[in-house]
Amino acid sequence: MAEHNMQETDKALPEPGRLSKYLADFFASPAAAIGFITLLVICCLALFAPWISPQNPYDLMQLDIMDGRLAPGSESMTGFVYHLGTDSQGRDILSGILYGLRTSLLVGVLSAFAAAIIGTTAGLFAAYMGRRTEIVIMRLVDLQLSFPTILMALMMLAVLGKGVLNVVIALIIAEWATYARTVRATALVEREKEYIEAARMLRLPGWRILFRHLLPNCLAPVIVIATMQVARAIGLEATLSFLGLGASVTEPSLGMLISTGYQYLLTGLYWISFFPGIALLVTIVAINLVGDRLRDVLNPRNAS
Amino acid sequence: MVTSIIRRLIQAVFVVVAMTVIVFIGVNVIGNPVDILINPDANQAERARVIAHYGLDQPLWRQYLLFLQGLLHGDFGDSFVYGRPAMGLILERLPATLELAISALTIALVFGLPLGLYAGLYPNRVSSKLIMSGSILGFSLPTFWVGLMLIMVFSVELGWLPTNGRGPTLELFGAQWSFLTGEGIRHLLLPAFNLALFKTSLILRLTRAGVQEVLPQDYVKFARAKGLRERRVIAVHVLKNLMIPVVTIIGLEFGSLIAFSVVTESIFAWPGMGKLIIDSINLLDRPVIVAYLMMMVLLFVVLNFIIDVCYTILDPRVRLDSKA
Amino acid sequence: MTALLQVRNLVTEFGGAKGRSGIRAVNDVSFSVERGRVLGLVGESGSGKSVTGFSIIRLLERPGRIASGEILFDGVDLSRNSEEEMRRLRGKRIAMVFQDPTVTLNPVLSVGTQMIEAVLAHESVSKDIARQRARDALGLVGIPSPEERLAAYPHQFSGGMRQRVAIAIAFLHKPDLIIADEPTTALDVTIQSQIIAEFQKLTEETKTAVIWITHDLAIVSRLADDIAVMYAGRLVETGPVSEVLNDPRHPYTAGLIASVPSQNQRGERLRQIDGMTPALNRLPQGCSFRRRCERADDGCLVIPELAPSGDRSFRCIHPVTKVSAS
Repeated sequence: MAEHNMQETDKALPEPGRLSKYLADFFASPAAAIGFITLLVICCLALFAPWISPQNPYDLMQLDIMDGRLAPGSESMTGFVYHLGTDSQGRDILSGILYGLRTSLLVGVLSAFAAAIIGTTAGLFAAYMGRRTEIVIMRLVDLQLSFPTILMALMMLAVLGKGVLNVVIALIIAEWATYARTVRATALVEREKEYIEAARMLRLPGWRILFRHLLPNCLAPVIVIATMQVARAIGLEATLSFLGLGASVTEPSLGMLISTGYQYLLTGLYWISFFPGIALLVTIVAINLVGDRLRDVLNPRNAS
Repeated sequence: MVTSIIRRLIQAVFVVVAMTVIVFIGVNVIGNPVDILINPDANQAERARVIAHYGLDQPLWRQYLLFLQGLLHGDFGDSFVYGRPAMGLILERLPATLELAISALTIALVFGLPLGLYAGLYPNRVSSKLIMSGSILGFSLPTFWVGLMLIMVFSVELGWLPTNGRGPTLELFGAQWSFLTGEGIRHLLLPAFNLALFKTSLILRLTRAGVQEVLPQDYVKFARAKGLRERRVIAVHVLKNLMIPVVTIIGLEFGSLIAFSVVTESIFAWPGMGKLIIDSINLLDRPVIVAYLMMMVLLFVVLNFIIDVCYTILDPRVRLDSKA
Repeated sequence: MTALLQVRNLVTEFGGAKGRSGIRAVNDVSFSVERGRVLGLVGESGSGKSVTGFSIIRLLERPGRIASGEILFDGVDLSRNSEEEMRRLRGKRIAMVFQDPTVTLNPVLSVGTQMIEAVLAHESVSKDIARQRARDALGLVGIPSPEERLAAYPHQFSGGMRQRVAIAIAFLHKPDLIIADEPTTALDVTIQSQIIAEFQKLTEETKTAVIWITHDLAIVSRLADDIAVMYAGRLVETGPVSEVLNDPRHPYTAGLIASVPSQNQRGERLRQIDGMTPALNRLPQGCSFRRRCERADDGCLVIPELAPSGDRSFRCIHPVTKVSAS
């Protein structure tokens, strides 16, 4: 039976027929299924925020400073109910969360995706070229991985200055190395296999071997890392925004919302920080649950 | 063993040099130091004076050498904000950060190791499953938000613990420490737990994974076949093998704790390096930023070096092979 | 005199519990070992021979468990012993030698530490005396300069030397029974002979009974007094080695013997048993060997009993005889 599995995992990507098996595997775990559905809901909320949120929190015209710091369930002067209360500028927290999710998810997905592309390319390149290219790339990777992400991000922000876009850039620079290392390791194993040898014998062009043959075999770990990385990036963006290095006060992300609530926390106005934090937590947990399961499902060693 | 240590030292120096280049390029080439250094309202003469003062009219390689020269003397220039040497500011705040990081690491080990061991030894118990789900939560909870919630519960609602500063400190080895006074410990408690949360989960999961990897090994079975007491099998045969990855991770995570303390220090107004660097980035206090970054680079290189040496001592396979 | 070890109707299952049966790795196995005798327990991988060994010393890995049967060791049923009672027996009266010497010893503990703790597990003597015992034991299995070697770590030994250390540990307390789980399979052929010779010498000196688990009939013919052949979790044939090897009754035993290369004529195609060992969760109805057996017929749809004849027994209704085999 073991041999049977080995043969199967030798094949690179799931063929269409196997995809359904992966899906079935994935949803066999209730935690993963719950995580996935939660994530789906969160994505929809973020996507449709402009249509479903009671207020546009970025439009200062809609904010009334007189409604500032209202407790959850309060009614505005115009009879509007703030279900989760308002922040100091009279911004509806619920709307703030919905819009903040947009920023968070965008930053997370964008940075993880870009880092994946850069890191994967670098890792493939290192594995395929070997020799000096490999040494240079991998030394850079080692160097970077010996420093924690937040330090790299702080370093970048110190250089680039504050702002959401700079946070994205900082996250990409801080995270690409993880992909590069994993992809190189996978590609090195793959490079030694006979079919790559055969492809070289056929004198297929280098890029073709790289992207048509090596890349598909490295995709499974990349997908897993990317999923986890989205969660990490969202957390980091929130952290950096909380530290005042990310999103601006007028267009708050979740981290910024929490940050604005910080000063009122001591006086007992918990909701400004509490609810956005819950939203952040649920999002990150959901992504981690999905990622955890993906790792189990896509890992050839667990393919029984 | 000596040659391997020397080789690692050379590598460490290489890393430091590489990082100076990166920091230098980052601060002086990507970011425009003129914009950072000079008040936008300054007149032409003032600009020229500052540019000449910092040597910004010199070719790049000369600037780099000047930068290196200052670095070797620990001279990063004066802080724009405080008007004092940047390195002095960093060093002043280093003990506070170290104290916080060490406390957090201790907490993470005290909770993470035994819980991870338990969850690894008895994976099917309900309590183990609870511990593991808890660790996923600990992994996912944003540190800064947990800090706020800790303040909300323990300071605002219950009024048990203070929310900011180090409290009274006592001097030891020429630095001020909070943990030497009762009130200081009360101040230390919340930030240390806050900082420890993530690492506790990490160490817990790592320990459990290690136990599950070691337990099915033949040498554990053989140890049992010798008639050893289960206590000895776990405490000697399993734990000793477990220590190798754990020590490595502890070293790395200690560095990461120091880096992450920026968040906790900001929340609890803990007067350490992290709080200083955030303020400096916000105020574009370039000398302090550079001094902090170089300080961290040095710290990490030293830490990595220490880990390598520990690793060598712990694992006879590495230790004896490098001797030969 | 009763035998040292009597295994009666042992059933070991993996998975399943409380009424539900799991996969039966060992199915209704009975045999006995007399003091000072060597039993060769033979079978292919997956036949349950190793699991039988681990059942006796009660070191089954989860989810394995003894579902039923008795393991009488010197009159005491081991399957009912408490964990602490088992611990006191392990290493002291029942020792074990494992298959792969490169993973038997703990890589981060010195050989001395691992031997001394084995002494101290059963005797309250000083560390110095324990050390002396360890050193003597190393010398006994032919390890040169044992004093220095005590301070060494496993990776500094060759595979054969590590197996000698494991054997030295097994013989430390002069046990009544040693379960040797393919102790030479992972070694070079020349080292194999040395280890076997070492083993024979020690068992003769200490009058230790041995269960030697292997798939190698050549080793069994050289070393063992008795043989027990397992197939798909069941014993299919038992008896004195010379008789069984010269005159096998079960078609599977006959097939095994025929596929030993030295039994084949030069230039002739190597004989082999057709088909594969069935998976334990998908055993055919009746005799497990039925589908690979030329002699099988409808009578084999019922599992035959292990029928005794003299001091031998076999589980087959169409046994091979010398006449029909030739």
